[in-house]
Amino acid sequence: MSGDTLVLDLVLAGLLVFLAWRLLTLSDLFKATVLFIVFGVLLSLAWVRLNAPDVALAEAAIGAGVTGALVLDALRRLDARGPADEAQPLRLNLPRLVGALLVMGLGAFLLWSVLSLPPGWRGLSSETAAAMPRSGVVNPVTASLLNFRGYDTLLEIAVLMLAVLGVWTLNAEPMPPAEPAGPILDVLVKALLPPMVVVAGYLLWAGGHAPGGAFQGAAVLAAGGILLHLARPFNVANRGVVRLVIGFGFAVFLLVGLTLATLGGRFLELPERHAGILILMIETAAMISIALTFVVLFVGNARDNAGRDTS
Amino acid sequence: MGPSEWLSMVMVSVGVFFFIAGSVGLIRLPDVLTRLHALTKADNVGLGFIVLGLSLQAGSLLELMKLLLLWPLALLASSCACYLVAEATLLQSRRGPGARRHVR
Amino acid sequence: MTPPIIYASAGAAVLCLGLFGFLAARHVLRRILALNVMGSGVFMMLVALAARTDPPDPIPHALVLTGIVVAVCVTALALALLTRMCRDEGSALLPEDRDIE
Repeated sequence: MSGDTLVLDLVLAGLLVFLAWRLLTLSDLFKATVLFIVFGVLLSLAWVRLNAPDVALAEAAIGAGVTGALVLDALRRLDARGPADEAQPLRLNLPRLVGALLVMGLGAFLLWSVLSLPPGWRGLSSETAAAMPRSGVVNPVTASLLNFRGYDTLLEIAVLMLAVLGVWTLNAEPMPPAEPAGPILDVLVKALLPPMVVVAGYLLWAGGHAPGGAFQGAAVLAAGGILLHLARPFNVANRGVVRLVIGFGFAVFLLVGLTLATLGGRFLELPERHAGILILMIETAAMISIALTFVVLFVGNARDNAGRDTS
Repeated sequence: MGPSEWLSMVMVSVGVFFFIAGSVGLIRLPDVLTRLHALTKADNVGLGFIVLGLSLQAGSLLELMKLLLLWPLALLASSCACYLVAEATLLQSRRGPGARRHVR
Repeated sequence: MTPPIIYASAGAAVLCLGLFGFLAARHVLRRILALNVMGSGVFMMLVALAARTDPPDPIPHALVLTGIVVAVCVTALALALLTRMCRDEGSALLPEDRDIE
């Protein structure tokens, strides 16, 4: 590790802490949100520095992109109905002071535990490396997500569906009429949408042997959908087809698990010979579902119920 | 270091110079439109130089093509974003200073 | 000072800032931002500590990937709750925070 990259790491880590502090203390919520997006982009740089390119891709597309779009959209809707600013700064009263002291104690404890970790500890990297030949893919992160820790990912997709249900249930708000988007956004969508679909497919395919996978591909696809919605507002109503596509990934994943269980294996234990094709199958279905889920989380948030087709 | 690496380093340095100029413009210039002007122009040129410099070090044709694809995509996105920000600023100034900040 | 230690320490700091922001902020949108910041701090610690081996431990990477996706779900649901509360009650503050001026 040479000195110049150490400087880069120190600056990047310092900037992240600084941005976190600023975005929590700025009185203007719009500026805070912009800083939050910048925080996400810098965080994905930090993931690259930490040798975690899969996480970097997900952070840039989901953490900074989709979350940023969601928060900005919510802010716009809050603002339409009164000032969203938190005008007066926080006074340091007794509960806050006690809270601050407790949190500082927690910070000191965390720092101490980080610094006192045994140096030679290898985590689960050796076990993962030993199991890799049986996983059906080359990228260890994809292997952990879809094979070794299939349960987690299955339930994660279930959480996505729950979030959509919640947003659909809560979303009954009359929107101020959207201003027509200019022609430029239309041009951008026309130029960017086809490459975005290609990139999503590439990320899905590459996930087997390189950084990428269903979640990153889905995020790119969803970003395309959100962009399209901004240029030409469309409706993803709570209808049969939409529900079917959103549940598709979970259904395929569950079906694969159950089929394996009935064929004599254990639930979600992918057999060595077919693991590669099964993972690709699950990931393709999951990507389509997750992409639509993200779009619905954004659009379903933004649409009013009056504009929904009666079904 | 061979001549191509030297050339690559010079180009990346030039690119970094343009980025720094753009960032200085962002911080020092007085209002949204002039800041946009500095930022988009300087950063697009800077990114172009960095991409060209790095493409001299590309290991394979595929890598080279991926690198060269970056620039037009970033150009497209940044010019559109610039237009949208400028449009929002214009709409806001038409509504007067008391109007809400968040135009779409 | 190695990169894992640097980023893990920064992660601890970010976590604490986010936690305090979550406890102290009044506007619910800021609380949602703080929750995300807090999560990012946890992710930083996990990924930083996974980077102490070469190649890095992939299990924390997979955990963080799952975490990022769950975080965006939580954010979307929380924002939907916030806008609903704002529409029904006309305030973006929680009821117990409203009378304290």
